[in-house]
Amino acid sequence: MTVPGSGQLPRLVHPGAWWLWALCLAYAAMRTTNLLLLVEIAAAVAVVVSARRGQAPWANAYSLLLKLGLVTVAITTVLQLAIGVRAPGHVLVRLPSVPLPSWLDGLALGGPVTGEAVINAFGAGLRLAVLIACFGAANALAHPARLVRILPAALYEVGVAIVVAMTFVPQLAESLVRLRAAQRLRGRPITGIRGLRGIAVPVLEEALERAIGLAASMDSRGYGRRAEQSAAVRRASAAALLLGLGGALVGTYQVISGGDRHGLGIALLVAGPAVALVGGLAAGRRGRRTRYRPDRWRSAEWAVLACGAVVVLAYAFGAAGTPATGVPLAWPRLELVPFLATLVAALPALVTPPVPGAVAVRPQLAVAA
Amino acid sequence: MIVFDRVSVTYADAAEPVLSGVDLKVPEGELCLVVGRTGSGKSTLLGCVNGLVPHFTGGRLSGRVLVDGRDTREHRPRDLADVVGVVGQNPASTFVADTVEDELAYTMESLGIAPDVMRRRVEDTLDLLGLAELRDRPVATLSGGQAQRVAIGAVLTAHPKVLVLDEPTSALDPGAAEDVLAAVQRLVHDLGLTVLMAEHRLERVVQYADSILWLPGGGAPVELGAPADVMGRCPIAPPVVELGRALHWSPLPLTVREARRPAVALRAELPAAPPYAARPVPGDVVGELSRASVRYGSVAALREVDLAVRAGETVALMGRNGAGKSSLLGALTGLVRPSDGRVRVADSDPRELRGRELIRRVGLVPQQPADLLYGETVRDECAAADRDADAPAGTASTLLARIAGEIDPQRHPRDLSEGQRLALALAIVLTSAPPLVLLDEPTRGLDYPAKARLVGALRELADAGHAIVLATHDVELAAEVSDRTVVLADGEVVADGPSREVVLQTPLFAPQVAKILAPLPYLTVADVVAARAEHRDAS
Repeated sequence: MTVPGSGQLPRLVHPGAWWLWALCLAYAAMRTTNLLLLVEIAAAVAVVVSARRGQAPWANAYSLLLKLGLVTVAITTVLQLAIGVRAPGHVLVRLPSVPLPSWLDGLALGGPVTGEAVINAFGAGLRLAVLIACFGAANALAHPARLVRILPAALYEVGVAIVVAMTFVPQLAESLVRLRAAQRLRGRPITGIRGLRGIAVPVLEEALERAIGLAASMDSRGYGRRAEQSAAVRRASAAALLLGLGGALVGTYQVISGGDRHGLGIALLVAGPAVALVGGLAAGRRGRRTRYRPDRWRSAEWAVLACGAVVVLAYAFGAAGTPATGVPLAWPRLELVPFLATLVAALPALVTPPVPGAVAVRPQLAVAA
Repeated sequence: MIVFDRVSVTYADAAEPVLSGVDLKVPEGELCLVVGRTGSGKSTLLGCVNGLVPHFTGGRLSGRVLVDGRDTREHRPRDLADVVGVVGQNPASTFVADTVEDELAYTMESLGIAPDVMRRRVEDTLDLLGLAELRDRPVATLSGGQAQRVAIGAVLTAHPKVLVLDEPTSALDPGAAEDVLAAVQRLVHDLGLTVLMAEHRLERVVQYADSILWLPGGGAPVELGAPADVMGRCPIAPPVVELGRALHWSPLPLTVREARRPAVALRAELPAAPPYAARPVPGDVVGELSRASVRYGSVAALREVDLAVRAGETVALMGRNGAGKSSLLGALTGLVRPSDGRVRVADSDPRELRGRELIRRVGLVPQQPADLLYGETVRDECAAADRDADAPAGTASTLLARIAGEIDPQRHPRDLSEGQRLALALAIVLTSAPPLVLLDEPTRGLDYPAKARLVGALRELADAGHAIVLATHDVELAAEVSDRTVVLADGEVVADGPSREVVLQTPLFAPQVAKILAPLPYLTVADVVAARAEHRDAS
C-alpha cells in the first residue's frame, strides 16, 4: 500500500484547514480529564507538526509554546497545591496552614495535600499545556498571516492591522535592545524606574515614526484605492462580524466550562463564525481587490478537516468524565473510542502533501549594538 | 514625464518655503540624479512626484506637478500608484506583507490586477532583480541590499512609468550597492523607466546618471543639466570630479575609467609615493580582543579575533554587512558577551564596567546617533552629558561647538540635520574623554561638507591621543582618516595592516583616487595635489 500523502505534489496546505484541525484537538483536550488521552493528544499534535511544519522561522513557534506549556503545568500544579480547594482523600503531606477569612470559604492556604489534589492540579495544568500546544501547532503549520489572507475582502482592513501588529512586535523588541544599549553607553542605569523612563519615550517615538513611514508607503502603493462600499453595507457587515464573534465567544465558554450545555456551546461555536463569514462575504462582493496565489481547498484539506471532526465526535459522545468532575487517585482507564480517534488526529502527517523544498533561511541576528 | 511648474512648498509652522519656484522637466526614460546638501529639499522634491507632499505630509504646495499628464492636485498618492513607484530611505520598515512574494504582489492586489497577470509579473520581477532564490523568504530576514531590491521590485510589479528612489545605497556595503544600482540601470535600459534618484554617495551613482538636478538650497533656483556641466559647478562632487577640477582636466571625468586616460600623464609627474604626513607613534594598547568569539544562536558573528588598538591610532573596520563589524564594536563596549576569548578595555573587562567606569574607558557612537539622545533641547542634552560624565559644566557644549560650529542650543535634537546629530552624539561621547572612541557607520546620510567636518574632528581626536575605530562602508572616509584598515569577513580578520596597503589590494574597498592612479599608492585628492605641488617646486 502506498502512503496517500507521498504521491502528492509538495504544497502548503490551506491555513484554514490547519487552524480548524487544531481547534478540534483543543476541544478534545477541554473535554477530557483522562491524563493518558491528554498525553496522546499532545503526541498527535507533535507528530503532525514535525512532519508538516514550514521552513520559515515562525515554525519555531511550536517549540516555544511547548516550553510555555510545560511551565504552565508546573505553575498551576504548585499554585493549586499551595492555594486551592482542598480535595478530600489520601493525604500525602501536611503543609503549615494559614487560616483564611471565612468569606473565602472553600479556599485554603497550606494545609493537608492529598494525592487527589495533586492529580487534579496536574491534570488541569496539562490540559492548559495541551491547549497551548494546539495553538502553537496551528502557528507552526500555518502562520497567522496566511490565515489573515483568506479573510473575506470586507475584513481586509482588520487583516492588514493584524499583519502590521505582528511585524510591529519584533521591531519593538529590536528598538528596546538598541536603546537599552545606548542608555548603557551614556553611563546611565538601565534598570529601575529611571532606566525605564529613559527608554520608554524614545521607543514610543520610534514606533510612531515607523507607523507614519508605513502609512506613507501603503498610501503610495495604492492602499484603500478600491474602497467602494456604501456605509450601510459596511455597517451591516461589521454588525454581523461582531455578532458572530460574540456567539463564538459564548460557545467557547460553554464548551470549556464543561457544563451540561456543551451541545449548545458547539452549536454557537459553529454558527458564530458562519454568521461573521456570511456578513463578510456579502460586503466583500463589492471590494475590487484581487488575491495573489490564493490558497486552494482540495481533498487534502477535507481530509485534515475530517480527522478533526472524528476527534470532536469521539470526545463529545465517547469520552467519560468531564473536567467538572474530579479525578480519582488511580491509574487512568484506557477509553477505546477517544483513544482510536486521537490516533486518527495524527493522520494529517501522512495524508497531506509534503511541505515545499527546504529553503535556506538566514537566522535573524539580534545584534545589540 | 515629470513636470514641475513653478512649484513652491511650505510646511506648516515653517517660516520659509523648502522649495520655491521650481521649474523642471524630466523627459521619459531618463535617470535623473538629485543632488544637494542635507536640508536642501531633496526629500520634499521626491515626495512631490507622487503627491505624498502635500497630501500626506501636510503643508502648502503652489504651482503644478504633472506626472505622465496627471496633476498631483487631483490625484492622491494611491491614485498615482500605477504611474509612480516610490522607495523610501529605509525600505525594511515599510514592508506590508511578510514574505518576499507576497510583498511583490501587494501593490498589484491593491490595484485589482487579474490573478494570472499578477503571477506573471511577479515571476518577471523576481528574474529582473535577481530575487528568485529569495521568493519564499520572510522579509524580516533579508539583508540590506536584498531588502532594497525587494522594495524596488514591490513597486515595479505595478508597471509604473516613474521610479523614485530616496538614498537607495546609503546603508549598503559597496558590493550590495553595486547590485542595487545594476538593477536600477537595467530597469532604465530594458523597460525605459524614468528614474529620479537622490543619493549622497555620488561616487557610487554619478556614472549612471543621464542628467543631474542640483538643489543649491537656501532659495536659489534649481539647476538641471548634463552630468558633466552640473558637476563642473556644483560644490558637492565625488573625488573623481574633485581631482579633475583640481587638475583642470577637460572634459571633466565622471567615472574612474574616464579619469584613467588623463591620469597616464599625471602618473609620470608624481613621485612613486605621496609624502607621508607624520603621524603620532601609536602609544599603549587601549582596547584588545584576544581569540574572542561571539555567537548568536548557531551563527558565529566573530571567530577567534585577535586585535589590539593603540592610543593615537585610527582604525577603519571594513567588510560586508553581517561580517561582524557591529559585533566587534559591541564586544569592546561590553554590549555583546563574547562566547569565548578575552576582551579588555584599558585593563578591565567591559562587561563588568558600569556607568562612569565604562564611559571613561570607551565610547561608542551607534549607527543611529539619535539613539543616544533623549533630551528636549541641545542644551539639556549637553548638560546631561556633563552630569553623566561628572565633567565640569560646559564641557559637552564646548566640544560640540568645536566639532560642528554653532548650533542653536534651544533646538530639539530630532530637528537637527543628520550631520549635526552625529556631531552632538560624538560630543556627548567625548565629554567623558574616553581613550577609545568607536563609531559605527558614521557617514550614513552625511553630505560631503558634513563629512569633511567629521574628518577634521576625527583627525584632531587622533592627534590628541584618542584611539579611534570606525566601522564603515565608506571607502573614501576610510582613505581620508584611517592609518590602519582591518577587513572582516564571516567574523574573521582577513586583512590587517596600514590603510595604504590594504585598500590597494582590495578593489572593492579602494577609493576612487586609488583606482585612478593605480599602481601608485595615492588615496585622496589632497595626497595628489600636495605631491604634485612638491614635485613642481623641486623641478
